[in-house]
Amino acid sequence: MTYLAKPKLHHPGLPKNALGYTRRDYEGAISTLCAGCGHDSISAAIIQAFFELDIAPHRVAKLSGIGCSSKTPTYFLGNSHGFNSVHGRMPSVLTGAALANRDLIYLGVSGDGDSASIGLGQFAHVLRRGVNMVYIVENNGVYGLTKGQFSATADKGSKSKRGAVNNDEPIDLVLLALALGATFVARGFSGDKAQLVPLIRAAVAHRGAAFIDVVSPCVAFNNHPGSTKSYDYVREHNEAVNRLDFMPDRAPITTDYAEGSVRDVMLHDGGTVRLRKLHAEYDPSDKVGAMAYLESRRAQGEVVTGLLYVDTESDDMHASLRTVDAPLNSLGDAELVPGNAALVAVNASLR
Amino acid sequence: MDNRVNSLVRVNDFVVKFANVNGSGSASANGLFARAVLRMGVPVAARNIFPSNIQGLPTWYEVRIVEAGWRGRRGGVDLMVAMNPQTWDKDVAEIEAGGYLFYDSTKPLPPSKFRDDVIALGVPLTAICNETYSDVRQRQLFKNIVYLGSLSALLDLDPQEIERLFAEQYRGKEALLESNRKALQLGRDYALANFECPIGLSIARRDAVGERIFIDGNSAAALGAVYGGATVAAWYPITPSSSLAESFASWCRKLRAEPGTGKQRYAIVQAEDELSSIGMVIGAAWNGARAFTATSGPGVSLMQEFLGLAYFAEIPAVLFDVQRGSPSTGMPTRTQQADLISCAYASHGDTKHVLLLPEDPAECFEFGALAFDLADRLQTPVFVMLDLDIGMQDWLTEPLAWDDSRRLDRGKVMTAQDLDAGRDFGRYLDVDGDGIPYRTYPGTHAVKGSYFTRGTTKDRYARYTEEGPAYVDNMQRLQRKFETARSLVPKPVMTRAAQPTNAGVIWFGSTGAAMAESLAELERQDVHLDRLRIRAFPFDDAIPDFVAAHDHVFVVEQNRDAQLKMLLVNECGIDPAKLTSVLHYDGTPITERFITREIGEKARFYNVTPLTGRRPGVRNGKAA
Repeated sequence: MTYLAKPKLHHPGLPKNALGYTRRDYEGAISTLCAGCGHDSISAAIIQAFFELDIAPHRVAKLSGIGCSSKTPTYFLGNSHGFNSVHGRMPSVLTGAALANRDLIYLGVSGDGDSASIGLGQFAHVLRRGVNMVYIVENNGVYGLTKGQFSATADKGSKSKRGAVNNDEPIDLVLLALALGATFVARGFSGDKAQLVPLIRAAVAHRGAAFIDVVSPCVAFNNHPGSTKSYDYVREHNEAVNRLDFMPDRAPITTDYAEGSVRDVMLHDGGTVRLRKLHAEYDPSDKVGAMAYLESRRAQGEVVTGLLYVDTESDDMHASLRTVDAPLNSLGDAELVPGNAALVAVNASLR
Repeated sequence: MDNRVNSLVRVNDFVVKFANVNGSGSASANGLFARAVLRMGVPVAARNIFPSNIQGLPTWYEVRIVEAGWRGRRGGVDLMVAMNPQTWDKDVAEIEAGGYLFYDSTKPLPPSKFRDDVIALGVPLTAICNETYSDVRQRQLFKNIVYLGSLSALLDLDPQEIERLFAEQYRGKEALLESNRKALQLGRDYALANFECPIGLSIARRDAVGERIFIDGNSAAALGAVYGGATVAAWYPITPSSSLAESFASWCRKLRAEPGTGKQRYAIVQAEDELSSIGMVIGAAWNGARAFTATSGPGVSLMQEFLGLAYFAEIPAVLFDVQRGSPSTGMPTRTQQADLISCAYASHGDTKHVLLLPEDPAECFEFGALAFDLADRLQTPVFVMLDLDIGMQDWLTEPLAWDDSRRLDRGKVMTAQDLDAGRDFGRYLDVDGDGIPYRTYPGTHAVKGSYFTRGTTKDRYARYTEEGPAYVDNMQRLQRKFETARSLVPKPVMTRAAQPTNAGVIWFGSTGAAMAESLAELERQDVHLDRLRIRAFPFDDAIPDFVAAHDHVFVVEQNRDAQLKMLLVNECGIDPAKLTSVLHYDGTPITERFITREIGEKARFYNVTPLTGRRPGVRNGKAA
């Protein structure tokens, strides 16, 4: 169904951004995910964030691996080039793309199976290298496309839809990202667009490896009592979910947190992100503190969301490689081919 | 030297083998020996024979001094420089009767350690060094230079050529230069004072090297990648390919720094594994950069899934596969041509890939550059298949040349201007009938030309579909594209025998070094063979035509399972009975002696004799 284009009806009264684009210009094809899927809310947040950032859609390259989350790049930024690559290997493809053209914005979309299981190695190394990107994991703790197996982020003791208990320790991608040297680390909740959109905006503005873990409930396989990735659990609601043998036709649930203390963080593009969600004493520039805080909250079964760590002085892979300012893919014969005269000298040195 | 009467007497045609301990600093001295011979205008064929080890295990360097210019191994040793007690017995046993044994005579050895039919040349290397140097490290390192000095006297190797090489190597490091000169002189003086110099083996100045250069295939291929416009290299260390990536880095530092800023017009990433390196190559190539990886068989195995994606999503990617002994970890430091099948059909499903098969470093350079044009033109992975023997050994090869009027062929890329002019863009639309569609680079145009790249089935406009006819349509186009590839890859090289014959021989890659010499020897034995050297896959039509034109065709290759023969039978519909395999796969490079013996015996069995006046009906190699 993803080949169905969304009808392009532009209401004349739709608000435009600084480039003259409406929000519709940032949309993609109609989603084929289950109704109520948290991933669709994340797509909507991505659309909103890029619209608000006044970034022309074609200046973004969106890359993904395999899985439900990795299907979503079809559903946003229809005028961007997209690459649905190999399971767990989006980070390497994105790294290569970023090497080729440093001028585009790279958005990597992945899932918990894609990043924490099959792709854990590439997840780690893309963060280590400081690739300038936004890496979003749409984290539902479950394999959706293959119908409900646990993923490596499922909490120990959580139950699958069929009743099986997960015996393995969960991988906390946020803690890993901090340990691996990501210079922007955040966690959001698909049901909280008000928090997520600014997080994505800030991540785009950040120079270096920006990682956002978005808890995104799977309405088909992981939105039931016993799951720690359900809407109810994450919102600390006790509201019952729909029956598990049919798909609820409803809009995704959204949440509004009460505002906490306010803190402004200056980003690379000169913009400011204003943080409201976390504890007033929380310092997002303190990596060690962030890790300790996350661990202590995790021990109490809490899911901490917000901007968890940011290094506002960070740099990216191109800076460490000292590559030229022009994108490598724009260099031509004159810049790349040394010519026969250089070969004559090479030959002379090899006799 | 009482048995001098029986000793070998040869000028510019003998084999010197250095038996050393890995990590003892011998490689530099041995390399100087080979290059000094070259500077005297006499060709050499030199090979390192080394273990998978950094320090302590045996290593050998074999230098064949060969005025005739043959580039393969001859087999046998005429002078052994036995510097490794561990391998002494085996090394001494390897010397040809009448040959010579050079050794460190500081510590006396019992007569049982020597051979009556081999002339022993003892020089107290350790004693000389201990007297001269106080530093332990220097004592070891200069031992190599001292034996080089002795050899220069024993073999009549012009010491001035060695000193000139020192001067080039230690330019600006006068202290090092002087101490090397001194060590050289010490060894030379001892030999002149104690032996009749030269011995039966000697080097006489000639002009048989000409313009040729001495370079390894990995360096040459890496330089080819520079000239081919590669800007992104992603790799994971694996013997014997690591030096290709490292060499690319060193060429780039010299040739690709931006004037003024010194910034890099290239990016090299050592990836966490081979999956990641090929992923980066695919991402970069998708985004319009020329990108490559260098690896060996185990790495290609790890890249299989991505290679299927690149084939199906039509991403240009260049892979240098420097083949080694396989399967599994196999023989990492030994040579083979055993990845042909795993590369030609890499990945799941119906996949086929373009392979380029260089025969020497000069062709590694040529194909190394060409691979990028072909990959962009065909929008598909292209393999350049080296092996350890070409990749890691210095070969005497034709000088490298570049036509300055040549331009990088970026293939079918639609620009913003094309899109604005209203050209229909379908990412998988066969506009020209050659199976090759147009592509756009990400970021080309605000509202036109974007598409979604995926490994799943899609229609001609890159829209997701699971419809059978759309899938078949796409697969058939890919087949047409492979036919186009057949017309673009390097043609095979055919050479007729001196006399008309009903037999032929086919080979590829590094086998050519020994093949040329073997064909000359077979000709002396009145075995005449038409020759066809294959340079690429998919196979040119001239290849089945060549087989059809002969009654018997030998296929010489360096693997157990006759992989080239398999490909020929499978791809060209050739009757396997017409092809006789000559297979060498013990990890050492195939030799002239081996090929000559194998073909010689079989040729007699097949009654391969000149056709002159006997069989007028048989056509001869019509392949061009």
